[in-house]
Amino acid sequence: MRREWMEIVEHNAVAKDTYRMVLKGQIAEEVKDPGQFVHIQVSERFFLRRPVSIADVHPDKSEITLLYKVLGDGTEALTEKQTGDKLDVLGPGGQGFPVEEDVREALIVGGGIGVPPLYYLAKQLVEQGIKVTTVLGFRSKEESFLVEEFKDLGAVYVTTDDGSLGEQGLVTDRTGELKGSFDTYFACGPTVMLKAIANQLDDVRGYLSMEERMGCGIGACFACVVHTPEDDEKGYRRVCCDGPVFKAKEVVL
Amino acid sequence: MDISISLPGLDLKNPIMPASGCFGFGKEFAQFYDLSDLGAIILKAATGEKRYGNEAPRVAETSSGMLNAIGLQNPGVEKIVNEEIPFLKAYDTPLIANVSGSTMEEYEHVAATICKEVDALELNISCPNVKEGGVQFGTDPRLAEEVTSRVKSVSTVPVYVKLSPNVTDIVALAKAAASGGADGLSMINTLTGMKIDPATRKPIISNQTGGLSGPAVKPVAIRMIHQVYQAVNLPIIGMGGIETTDDIIEYMLAGASAVAVGSANFKNPLICKELIEQLPEALERYGFSSIEEVIGGAHHETAASGLFRA
Repeated sequence: MRREWMEIVEHNAVAKDTYRMVLKGQIAEEVKDPGQFVHIQVSERFFLRRPVSIADVHPDKSEITLLYKVLGDGTEALTEKQTGDKLDVLGPGGQGFPVEEDVREALIVGGGIGVPPLYYLAKQLVEQGIKVTTVLGFRSKEESFLVEEFKDLGAVYVTTDDGSLGEQGLVTDRTGELKGSFDTYFACGPTVMLKAIANQLDDVRGYLSMEERMGCGIGACFACVVHTPEDDEKGYRRVCCDGPVFKAKEVVL
Repeated sequence: MDISISLPGLDLKNPIMPASGCFGFGKEFAQFYDLSDLGAIILKAATGEKRYGNEAPRVAETSSGMLNAIGLQNPGVEKIVNEEIPFLKAYDTPLIANVSGSTMEEYEHVAATICKEVDALELNISCPNVKEGGVQFGTDPRLAEEVTSRVKSVSTVPVYVKLSPNVTDIVALAKAAASGGADGLSMINTLTGMKIDPATRKPIISNQTGGLSGPAVKPVAIRMIHQVYQAVNLPIIGMGGIETTDDIIEYMLAGASAVAVGSANFKNPLICKELIEQLPEALERYGFSSIEEVIGGAHHETAASGLFRA
């Protein structure tokens, strides 16, 4: 993990309130697993960094791709950054999705701005000959992204709250029907979605990527702590450094 | 320029150390630089038993700072002694243990257990984020004096009492700590605050209130240190929003003999190391010929009396 001024080489809107940013620097060469994140200092005006998951990596070009959604003043200010600007970045942080496991058929479940890290994961899984089926949930068509890219990697099902793209409904409407066609699932999205998936797929091996407000992003401040089941002696996990990816039964959602 | 400072129990290579709760037990920062560069390290608070702390969200950003309500999460004093301190002992830098608790007996137990492993104690009578104990010892001068005196009687190392700014008269608390036998003061802890999200109409932090830190609190800390320096003859470790060498000089001019860097470690994990490297040149730029000359300099004292205090 390092602190580095990374150069913005691409920056464009990809959906409603959703932006794609490509950053160049050494951090790109140090990404270990899909699901890791970078901690971004937007400007001097903002006291805390913003954690953003890594959506794709091109180590040969020293580039990482981020997708972020405008959720407040900080991410709003980030949209004003121009190609060529330098950004104060800390990373790569956290433990990502394991891709070395004996997975044969994977189900990927993404909700909203939880979708980006799953793209790099899906690419890695497909590269290893693993069959990937993807279920993506968005609020609406105008807020959807990466759908075509996922289609290049396997079957894709989309659900939207308003039915403007794919089926109207929730990702769990589809994942329930797919049960039995995969041995491992990987999910990232809002906590309510993760909880629903973990309950529905209780008897399947699964990995969840969590989100929480962070302070330092390196494990020192204990801001982003989650509970563990009662039989766990430590009693907690830090989302920033023990996670953000956890085994489905490792944490209490 | 030599920027070393000697304080009770502490021979500091430089006057800069990370503040309690902003540096964990050092491991995470050891990947960024050699912790031996630090003047000292103040450990995350220790309590008698393991504590989970508050529910998330535990932090919220504010103008020029942040609120936190971690709630003294720690594995308990025994585990800190057995599993955390050995790692830090490998570095050539003094350790200051932050001692916390809910009762007088808990403070005594933690202090007695951890004092054998460290160079000094920071007595935390000022955490605003726990329901029992903590800050009540820091807002009532009688309790502050009693807990200081009881911890002093069990501790084999000097005790620095960490004062809460959430009081009307900081001097009364500083005097109480001095009467209890404190060897030094550490000031200030965070200011109690709140942030409400207009969208949810509720406080962002699950504990509702949190401790405000960062540059937003610095003027309050400077004023309090300036007041206490005049009233109490104890060395002060100053903290609150330090991000630059100018901030450090300002703290020392107000009366601090050393400083701690807190939430700035979250913005830049290398901040302490960078400030240590920059300090000698900054002192020369303002015409100081020694570090002692800076301490209490705003009180129009001579370098000699500054030396006396350090």
